[in-house]
Amino acid sequence: MRFLVTCKRVTDPEMKIKVLNDGSGVDLEDANYAVNPFDEIAIEAAVQKIEEDGEGEVVLVAIGDEEYDEQIRHGLAMGANRAIRVVVENGETLDSDSIAKILVAIYNEEKPDIFMLGKQSIDGDSSQVPQLIAEYLDLPQATFVSKIEYLNSEVRVVREVDGGFETLQLSTPALISVDLRLNEPRYPSIPNMMKAKKKELKEIELDDLDISLPQKQKVIFRKLVSPPKRKGGVKLSSIEELYDKLKNEANVL
Amino acid sequence: MSKLLIVAEQRDNQLKKVTLSAITFAKKEGFSFDIIILGSSVESVAKELSEYGAKRVLYSSSPLFENFIAKTYAEAIHEVVVKNDYEYIVSTSTTTGKDFLPRVAVKLNAGMASDIIGAEKDGDSLLFKRPIWAGAAVALTEITTPYKVISVRVSAYPPAEKTTISPIESITLTKISTPNVKFISLQENKSTRPELTEAMAIVSGGKGLKSKENFNALLEPLADALAGAIGASRLAVDSGYATNDLQVGQTGKSVAPNLYIAVAISGAIQHLAGMKDSKVIVAINKDDEAPIFEVADYGFVGDAFTAIPKLTELIKSGK
Repeated sequence: MRFLVTCKRVTDPEMKIKVLNDGSGVDLEDANYAVNPFDEIAIEAAVQKIEEDGEGEVVLVAIGDEEYDEQIRHGLAMGANRAIRVVVENGETLDSDSIAKILVAIYNEEKPDIFMLGKQSIDGDSSQVPQLIAEYLDLPQATFVSKIEYLNSEVRVVREVDGGFETLQLSTPALISVDLRLNEPRYPSIPNMMKAKKKELKEIELDDLDISLPQKQKVIFRKLVSPPKRKGGVKLSSIEELYDKLKNEANVL
Repeated sequence: MSKLLIVAEQRDNQLKKVTLSAITFAKKEGFSFDIIILGSSVESVAKELSEYGAKRVLYSSSPLFENFIAKTYAEAIHEVVVKNDYEYIVSTSTTTGKDFLPRVAVKLNAGMASDIIGAEKDGDSLLFKRPIWAGAAVALTEITTPYKVISVRVSAYPPAEKTTISPIESITLTKISTPNVKFISLQENKSTRPELTEAMAIVSGGKGLKSKENFNALLEPLADALAGAIGASRLAVDSGYATNDLQVGQTGKSVAPNLYIAVAISGAIQHLAGMKDSKVIVAINKDDEAPIFEVADYGFVGDAFTAIPKLTELIKSGK
């Protein structure tokens, strides 16, 4: 089975994010970066499948400049076979729709059995790209997947939906966006990190893809602002006091 | 003619209350609006929806809509939008809304703003506020396309109140293709408690409760006493103390109840992202350095295993 999997670079999930005073973005001066945690889960799922089968291929795709290579190498060290980076400077100004169009073009070149993506990236938090791609390609779509079972030419997946679990069956080629509980991504070993340096990482220029991105993006961030700050309150010395405050000061009981 | 269409949500032909938040959004921003509801038999849902001041409530009952399939819903909504020339297509950022709305956006060549918590006018255009980076920043977002697709964060808009009665209208949709996924089953987490996004009070537990048995034994009586819902941190869900649909946070549910009690939850930013808009936050934690105290109105440093039963008793006795 052949997989195409996204490997997006995001700011370290544990990093404290501060909005710049002029609202033009967030302060990335001392930022650390990581593979989007949901993409890591997708990579893990794909790698597990080819390891189990002893055949198949996992191809990573990312959109960005050479700074992204460190995270792509991490994905390769997890066990992906090769990677593609679509060369884009200032990739963060692209909206979900442009990202989706680029990924559609890569899909059309790679023709995988399964296009696997994280359900959202932890910076933009839009949760749109997988669904946009499925619509552009008219692929069977399963989002928020927490379990995958491979049948002959089909996959059966469990989706985490509000209020429960939904089971769908999809024929391949198919698109799957993955949720937290699908697996625990491995941490690559040092030998695998060394091996990853030798794996193919192909750069593709945006101009070489048969797509046109609009001059004006469909969705634009005009400005970023800090959310209203919540002030910490008081620490109380007893549960009786807490109860009294809830009842007589906050009036929530 | 309304410019805005609200896509309502149902399960088993019962209205999902989240839709009332989308209605509040439309009213707050001064839109006249229509509502559409799809399902296998939804005339009664349409009647229920007719009490909230829409210009019209459209409904389409068909076996095609018995189970929710994103592709099918997107085709149906696209057909309705093109026929009636709406400018805004609005639903909620539930797992359902997230699943089909981007597909509608593609069909309409539209931009989409996800999970919005507010809007503000800027000349002729409307900018949408959406939390990004787990709520560490709020983006003022412009949609530059003629059609605009929006999902609304339920916790940011209280449920709409009933107002005037609107006409309801059955419509037939003719452009639905065969789905390319097979629906197998839906296993619902049955609970007699209010849903997380609808509850007035939420008692949420973390990893510090150490087991599923402790989690239930401590939190259930307190949630009962408050007639509230139970939530959980990601670590608690990952550890199997609670089911996935109870997870509060960046990748789980966003909630804003009147009262949120965080029990043995340290307060990672990913968790805070889902609950920091609650009106009153209580934190109970052994570790007095836990970040949860930075957002809590009332904190108690101590052992949950003694504190929670005591609080439960006090609330039950009502003194």
